[in-house]
Amino acid sequence: MTMEYLVLRSLQSLLLIFLATLVVFLLLHITPGDPATLILGDQATPEQVADLRRSMGLDRPLHEQYGRFLANAMCGDFGLSIRAQRPALMYVMERLPATLQLSAGAFAFAVLTGIPIGILSAVKRLSLWDHGAMFVALLGQSMPVYWLGLMLIVIFAVHLRWLPASGMGQLQHLILPAFTLGMFLIGLIIRLMRSSMLDVLSRDYIRTAHAKGLSRHIVLVRHALKNACIPVVTVLGLQMGTLLGGAVITETVFAWPGMGMVTVTAIHQRDYPVVQSAVLVLAVLVVLINWCVDMVYHYLDPRIR
Amino acid sequence: MTGTVPATLTPPLEHSRPRSTWRRFARHRLACGGLLILLAVVLMALFAEALAPRSPVVQQIRLRLKPPGFVDARSGQTLWLGTDHLGRDICSRIIYGSRISLVVSLPAVATSAIIGLTLGLLAGFYGGWCEGVLMRLVDLQLAFPFILLALSLVALLGPSLHNIILVFALTTWPVYARTTRGAVLSLRAQEFVQAARSLGAGDGRILWRHVLPNVVSPVLVLASFEVARMIILESALGFLGLGVQPPIPTWGNMLADGRDYIRDAWWIAAFPGLAIMITAAGVNFLGDGLRDLFDPTLHYTGS
Repeated sequence: MTMEYLVLRSLQSLLLIFLATLVVFLLLHITPGDPATLILGDQATPEQVADLRRSMGLDRPLHEQYGRFLANAMCGDFGLSIRAQRPALMYVMERLPATLQLSAGAFAFAVLTGIPIGILSAVKRLSLWDHGAMFVALLGQSMPVYWLGLMLIVIFAVHLRWLPASGMGQLQHLILPAFTLGMFLIGLIIRLMRSSMLDVLSRDYIRTAHAKGLSRHIVLVRHALKNACIPVVTVLGLQMGTLLGGAVITETVFAWPGMGMVTVTAIHQRDYPVVQSAVLVLAVLVVLINWCVDMVYHYLDPRIR
Repeated sequence: MTGTVPATLTPPLEHSRPRSTWRRFARHRLACGGLLILLAVVLMALFAEALAPRSPVVQQIRLRLKPPGFVDARSGQTLWLGTDHLGRDICSRIIYGSRISLVVSLPAVATSAIIGLTLGLLAGFYGGWCEGVLMRLVDLQLAFPFILLALSLVALLGPSLHNIILVFALTTWPVYARTTRGAVLSLRAQEFVQAARSLGAGDGRILWRHVLPNVVSPVLVLASFEVARMIILESALGFLGLGVQPPIPTWGNMLADGRDYIRDAWWIAAFPGLAIMITAAGVNFLGDGLRDLFDPTLHYTGS
């Protein structure tokens, strides 16, 4: 059974990656106007445009172009970055570690603070603490990430001078960006953890555990927590795309030298090979993470095995 | 109270009773607050000309980078929220900026909700291969960092108001499709659907008269949260320079201006951000209220 699930789920992930390549390919072709003209700008001579069209293969039929794009993409070849004149994928991949570091930092911060707050909220339901936590959670979800980042820069970098406003290097460089990006997830985690915990706490097996005379602490940690985490894990997996998207904006605020900054610059410069490879790399990353989450889920929840 | 029942997306299977529904809504304090905030923003957008103390676009270099509360000696006017690097009044720009936020988010959400609702209804009701295709599209949409996709598309199409609405609508419908399909799946087997069928009702009639009314509420709740998300995303586009272009004031491009002067004039970025947050929070509060209202398993006690 489990093997079957593994294969099915993996095939599904492959299909998704295939669809993602199609979207990334079409990104450049569904738009009005000719990609070659778009890339070269308005000042290009007709000869230059014709040259680029030929070298990009734009004079071939669409399905043939896609075939070639797919074949090249599978070898990691997205063409040269138009501005940097280097392989686009390499250009993007060397920035991936920075983005992963930021996302991991933010994720760790959000999980380590959001889950305990959510649990406390559920345990002390309808208390002042609970209302406060819910309010903060909603506020966190209503805040533009990049605005929070700017305000943190004003307070901690400009006025207090405690932390650097931009760049990457030591741990203190990570604090503000990770906090900013983490706030994005924290609201969601608090709310999810709370409702999931409330759900679990009302179950019969919790009452049984209490009736057996187990301490409150043991019931909460051993019986409730593991079960309450299941839905949180799934939703967190689904939020990875949003997290990485949030990283894109956070990076531009803090001049964090990751993929997001490269991509936003590339979008502005109409450097399409870089944009295409960045979007695809992030999409593949999200698909892989979701695949892992499903495997973990499968392991955590014996009911679906 | 028994508020510990899980929040499910099972729609209420009863006809609404307007009076008690309204009373329940009125008891939900946060939701009422949210509704008031949203109304205030709508009024601000409608009557911007009358409300704004100054022009949102006229530049007065004499008054550049003035802090909040600065009194202009020549006109005697108080600049409550200060001015930006071109001497434009921030308060007036925020008032005018509310227009773009609403004009982008509301049509975008309405369009994507209608697309998603329709496809979700069909997929949930008929199943089969079209359901499979739809669900893969939903997965695909979840896999893409939405903001990057929207950014690239807007950059390609050109950052005009129409294009931004179009891109938002076309990239966000899958969430509605997923929710609707889930709700339809649980409705399809209900007795009242089978009863309608045995009375000779066709698919169209069943979908329109019996299924649709029962999936509208979860979609409405989702849509209200999406309005907040769209407002934030529109401002993010503006912040990255791909929103509605200057000189039209938007909260996003005000924030982009503010970033360049963050060291000397914090107020340029601070106030439009607050406006976004308050508006988005208002819409989210409203969404929370609607969810509690529509979900029969979660009666809000008001305590």
